[in-house]
Amino acid sequence: MTVSDDDDARRAAWRMAARIGFYALTCLIAVFFALPLLWLVTAPFDASPTYAVDVPDPTLQNFAEINANPYAWGSMLNSILLSLGTALFVVVGAALAAYALSRVRMPGRDALLYVLLLLSSVVTGTAAMVPLFLLVSEIGDTVHPALGIDSSFAVMLVMAGGLLPAGIFMLKDFVDTVPRSYEESARVFGASPLRILKDIVAPLIAPGLATIAVWTVVNVWGNFLVPFILLRDPEKQPAAVLMRTLYTESGQPNLALLSTFSLLYSLPVIAMYLYVSRKYGFRFHGGIKS
Amino acid sequence: MAGISARGLDKVYPGGVHAVDHLDLDIDDGEFFALLGPSGCGKTTLLRTIAGLEQATGGKVMIGGRDVTQVSPARRDVAMVFQDYALFPHMTVIDNISYPLRIKRQSRSSRHARATEIGVQLGLAELMERRPGALSGGQQQRVALARAVACHPSLFLFDEPLSNLDARLRLEARTFLKRLQRELGVTTVFVTHDQAEALALADRIAVMEAGRIRQLGTPREVFGRPANTFVANFIGSTPMNLLDGQVRGETVAVAGGVLPIPAEAAGQVAEGEKVTVGVRPEYVRLSMTGDGLAGEVSILEHLGTTTLVTVDCDGELVGATVPEEDEPEPGASVRLAPVPGRLLLYRAEGGELIGA
Repeated sequence: MTVSDDDDARRAAWRMAARIGFYALTCLIAVFFALPLLWLVTAPFDASPTYAVDVPDPTLQNFAEINANPYAWGSMLNSILLSLGTALFVVVGAALAAYALSRVRMPGRDALLYVLLLLSSVVTGTAAMVPLFLLVSEIGDTVHPALGIDSSFAVMLVMAGGLLPAGIFMLKDFVDTVPRSYEESARVFGASPLRILKDIVAPLIAPGLATIAVWTVVNVWGNFLVPFILLRDPEKQPAAVLMRTLYTESGQPNLALLSTFSLLYSLPVIAMYLYVSRKYGFRFHGGIKS
Repeated sequence: MAGISARGLDKVYPGGVHAVDHLDLDIDDGEFFALLGPSGCGKTTLLRTIAGLEQATGGKVMIGGRDVTQVSPARRDVAMVFQDYALFPHMTVIDNISYPLRIKRQSRSSRHARATEIGVQLGLAELMERRPGALSGGQQQRVALARAVACHPSLFLFDEPLSNLDARLRLEARTFLKRLQRELGVTTVFVTHDQAEALALADRIAVMEAGRIRQLGTPREVFGRPANTFVANFIGSTPMNLLDGQVRGETVAVAGGVLPIPAEAAGQVAEGEKVTVGVRPEYVRLSMTGDGLAGEVSILEHLGTTTLVTVDCDGELVGATVPEEDEPEPGASVRLAPVPGRLLLYRAEGGELIGA
């Protein structure tokens, strides 16, 4: 065996070792992220789950208990209503605003968009909690109770307000890709701007509209803070808020119910993802084949 | 049916670009009218101002005697065909054609009947259920035309209607377009940068440069008697010979020889004045002997049935087209004489026509 053969063999061994190390590390990382999900799938079927992932002692007792909870299904329905309602506001509002912003020339347009985007991350955040509560309760007292505390409508408006700027920002990209000649052609035929938006622009940016609708639903679905502050009546609270009540008398989280409810809570969102992704495919940048 | 008049029409863009510069224009009822010019000359802006898609910054536009300067595009009773056809990709051909009628709130059955009727006329019967994406360029163009026809306007506006078609299809579409316009008899204005297209289609042509009309006339006038060197240069598939010359008595000295001054121009030029002599290669006779400019054949370009011969006459390059069988040898000494009555004389300063 020559010296160079020896060198080659050593180098090959090193390479092999490095590769094994790399795979071991990525596996470890994968396990780190997979474990909680695994727990979420197994714990609901376990009579007495712990924080450890365990082979469950199969039972459906937990589901029966959730079913018996007077607010469980109602809260799920509330979540669906809140997210769909907010999605409607965001999609309609963002479509109108994005179309206008994409087509009307005005000074400082981009600056306006960026400022809106910046502010929106503040509006629904923790920092705005107190002012939001005061604002909504004041409006409810003086204007109409439907806009005040304990109104799902008010929650939708507040959350739509927080999501709209980013939605407009995303949607404007889509509208920008629609050739102007389409609209000019419709204008010459006598179509009004709203008509053009409805007949021509909206169908062409459908993937964009679907994207922000899904994005809104997911955001509202997972939002705890806003409905928690603005809704007092447990009949109106969404699933994210109900989860807070699944504790034992001693103040310990009831892992059995919590995991069961969490699993049920995640199913509609997963179903929606699968549906929309099959129907439209996800694209975060517009692009229309002509 | 309607004619168009523009009076002192101005369009200045916010950046200060003067796209249409105090323009006067009259287009007759039923006329097929071409706006011709290089890119950036304002022809498309003028068309869009007539359509109402651009707001004139000064002057007036009248359609059928009605002042429409402040009227929205929808109320001008015009139909426009765009360069990219602007067919709605999410609608079928029949929906595309009937879209103008849908806006006019016609019932679904009546607008589909009308769209089908027009589609059949324009040879689209087989394609009515397809989407634009599944059509060839020529078919898309016909759908765009059908859509314009469907709304029964008093005025058609075409923005470069043929430029997105390949060369062969363009000739077919050209014939089709001219026949369609003849049959419908609707006043039509179209924009093009292709002089051959304008010459072939139009009843009259306006040649534009920098927002102004440099010449307005029939294809024959514009081709045979360009009013200035700009138009002379722009019109014609082989470039016109424009040679610097100087007046010497009854003749003009040019390219190492002399040519007679055209009768019309005699008396309008001073002895020794600098002029530009223009003559199309098609109107130059090439011979081995005889009179005219003497020179040496330098380049031959085959144009099919004819050949463009470039002759070096004392340093100036002069083009002449000859039938393919009369092609001279490269390097041969030849004589070039303009066909009588086809020689044009322009002022060296400003390039305006003196006479022919």
